[in-house]
Formats: sequence, structure tokens, C-alpha cells
Amino acid sequence: MSSNNNVLVKMNKAGYRHNDKWLVQGVSLSVERGKIVTLIGPNGSGKSTTAKIALGILKKIDGHVEKYTNKIGYVPQKISVDWTLPLRVYDFMILTENLDEKTIDEALSLTGVIHLKDKSLGNLSGGEFQRVLLARAISKKPELLVLDEPVQGVDFTGEIALYELIKKISDELNCGILLISHDLHTVMSATDHVVCLNGHVCCSGTPIDVAKNTEYKALFGEQASQILTRYEHKHDHIHTIEGEIKKN
Amino acid sequence: MFDDFFIRALVAGLGVAFVTGPLGCFVVWRRLSYFGDTLAHSALLGVTIAYSLEFNIALSVFIISSLIALILVQLQNRTNLPGDALLGLLAHSSLAVGLVVIGFLTFIRFDVMGLLFGDILAVTVDDLYIIWIGGALILLILRLIWKGLFASTVNYELAEAEGLNPDRAKAIFTILMAAIIAISIKMVGLLLITGMLIIPAAMARNISDSPQKMIIYSIIGGLLSVIIGLFSSLEFNTPSGPSIIAAALFLFVISLFKIKQTIKLKN
Repeated sequence: MSSNNNVLVKMNKAGYRHNDKWLVQGVSLSVERGKIVTLIGPNGSGKSTTAKIALGILKKIDGHVEKYTNKIGYVPQKISVDWTLPLRVYDFMILTENLDEKTIDEALSLTGVIHLKDKSLGNLSGGEFQRVLLARAISKKPELLVLDEPVQGVDFTGEIALYELIKKISDELNCGILLISHDLHTVMSATDHVVCLNGHVCCSGTPIDVAKNTEYKALFGEQASQILTRYEHKHDHIHTIEGEIKKN
Repeated sequence: MFDDFFIRALVAGLGVAFVTGPLGCFVVWRRLSYFGDTLAHSALLGVTIAYSLEFNIALSVFIISSLIALILVQLQNRTNLPGDALLGLLAHSSLAVGLVVIGFLTFIRFDVMGLLFGDILAVTVDDLYIIWIGGALILLILRLIWKGLFASTVNYELAEAEGLNPDRAKAIFTILMAAIIAISIKMVGLLLITGMLIIPAAMARNISDSPQKMIIYSIIGGLLSVIIGLFSSLEFNTPSGPSIIAAALFLFVISLFKIKQTIKLKN
């Protein structure tokens, strides 16, 4: 880890409990300027919860989280826009910060949806909406980007282009990115640090380190670990259906 | 100029419409119409307390309505009852307690109908000051919290994550709701205030494609409702508050035809 003033958000043994069930616990990680940290893990492993803890959306948490910036762009995993609100793409772009036309146009062009600027948000397809969400998050030139499955529903070629864009933004703006992704190829190629979650941190490190880890293999199966060297290690715990962790 | 009761009523009504326009849009967007109703019902208690303690009515209504909002938040946090049940509980119990208190105040003659449905004759020059100065303050504060309130109306988590403090905006908005009810209770009465908030905003929704337009149309709709309503109440000798709401309904019905047209165009 480099000098401290590059750290944008730092979590220390953070966890969140809802209705007496731990959604995630004991997560320690930090996101630095210019670095991409990716969270991977199966459904229900606490990836989105971890992102919400880092952002300060969830308040009654265990452990500590400290944000060192207020310039944040967020792409949530789920967002439902209400029909009672007449909202165009343009109105959505200036939702949390007033931006000039040029900045808005640039961001919408980058994600390939400039032609939708005056369209009603409710009429967009899932993929189009996802591109608008990403454009909005990057348009305010944030220091920290939190992207929760930013390309869900986007077509295959678009997906690759958007991941390249995310990588480019990270370099150009020198912002830190906390990324949640299911696409392991992207995770392996573009990420500086991978955190593998399953209700807690299973393993973390550089993509290569994580790929070598057997817990990762156990979570994602053989196919995901084709590039792995043969490396065996014993599980020291099992997960019950309720999300409890039991030592063997 | 303000000697004539009709001019006073008109000036008061227009002042109220300027404020209910934008606030009404938020009531529609945030699905708060029953919340508005509950605050309005509790206003009766505020009025009776004002009478018995010889206290300013608007201020008393404002305090009681804010208190009811606070109690609602506490009950939501402490019980497992659904929101609408709690709203109904507070609305009707505060209305009932208000009416019971009226029963005790036998030495004062109450115009209950005026309280429930508004009374233009009751609008004084002092009321005009309260409406216009209070209304300007409400709009100013709404302007200040606009960004956080609007962003959290679209999506709470985005607003919270990007540092707009939506909880504070929501709390302030609740106080503004209590304030608009306090300043407009004499004009339209406590049973019809929510109508003044919702109907012009609903009309505006039918004909607008952006939030700014909806707010502007909502204000225009409210102003027109007041003008049409008051003049027709003068012409046909009908009660003023209900006439204003009926005029708002009339505008809403017209706006429905505009929707039909746009749907036809799309097809």
C-alpha cells in the first residue's frame, strides 16, 4: 500500500446485520486513487452490502469505515424509477450535481447514449438505462466510483467497450474504483486488487493470487480456475444455509 | 384595496397556490397524500388549542402538525404497525380529540363548517401577511433543500451515497408540510387542503415531461383553480373552499384529454 493520502475509503472489520442475520462481516479493504478494487462472490455473498457500507448508505454497521472524499459516483445494482416522476435522461444526469451541457454530452457520448438525452427515463431498455447510469456516475468526475454490476443487461460488444471505458476512466481521472462484477475475465485483466466474498472475505489479493486460491475455485468451479496452477488447501470452515460460518 | 373581503380572499388564495404547487408535486412524487391528510386533520386540534389559549392560530396549527409528524416517526420506529394504519390512527384520533376539546369550549362560538371547508369571510389582512411571508419562507427553504430532496425522491441510495443528506431534507420537508397546512387552513379548510396539494399536481403530471414543467404547471393550475373557484363561488353563492377544489378537479379532467391526444400521436 502506498502513502496514506491516496486512500479514498477504508473499511476495517466492517459488517452489517439485518434481522439478526449477518449479511456480511469482517470486511477490511481500502480503495486508493487510480486503483480498481473488485468484489467477487456468489449471489447473496454480501457484495452489494459491502459497497453500501463503503458508501455510508448503511449506518448501523459493525466495525469502521472512513471516507476521505465526498466526490463520489455510484451505480447501484437495482434502481427503480417511479412513473409518478416525469424524468428525462437530462434531468437524471443533473440529479446530484449541476453540470453544464458539454459535460453531460461528453459523458453520454462516452457510454454511447447521447441520442437518448431528451427521452423519458421510463422508456429506456435495461441496457440503455445501465449506460445512462454509468454516464451519470462518471460525468461528475468523481474521485471514487462505486460500480455495482455496471454492465448488467448490456449487449456483449457493449459490455467489453464499457469495461474498457471504466479502465480508461480510472486512468484518466485517476479515481479509485470499487467494482462489483460477475465477469471474471474482466476481473482478471483490469483489476488491481480482488476481494472474494462469501459472507466474509474468503480471500483477497492480486487477481493471480486469488485465482490460485482454492476457496475461489470452490466458489466458482473448475472452469473459472482453468488458468490456475495446481494448488490444494483444506477448507477450515463450512457455510450453513443461514449464512453462519462453522469451523470444521 | 384589501377592504373588500373578496380581494382579500383572492390574494390569500393566490398566495397559497404559489406554495401548494411545488409542495404538491413532492406530495404526489413521494406518495404522501395520506400523510398530508393526517397533518391536516390534526390541524383542528391546533385551532382549538389556539382558541382556548388565545394563541395565534397559524402558529398553533404549525406546532401541533409538526408534533403529530414527530409522533408518527416515533411510532413507525417503535411499532410493527403498517404506515397507513398509523396515519389513520393519528388522523382520526387527533380530529376526535380536537372535536372533544371544542365541546369543552362552550364559551366560544365555533364555526366548525368554516374550519372543515374554509371560509373566505374569515380572511383578515393579518392572514394575508402570514400567507405571503410564510409562503415566501416555505418556498425559499424548499429551494435550499431542493437538490437533496429531489435526488432522494428519485433514489434514496444515490442521494445518500453522493453526499446529499436525504434524511435532513426529508425532515425539513415534513416541517414545510406542517407550515403550508398552518397558513392555508383558513382558505380551504382542513378537509380540503390535501386536495389543493394533490389535484393541481396530478393535473400537471398529465401534461408535463420534466419535473420543472410539472412544478410550473402545478402552480398555474393552482392559481387558475383559486381564480375560477372564487369567482364562481361569488357568482353562484357556493362555499369558497369546495369551489376552488371543484375548479381544480375541472382542470384535472381537461388535462386527461391532453393525455389521450399524446397517446394517439404515439400510436
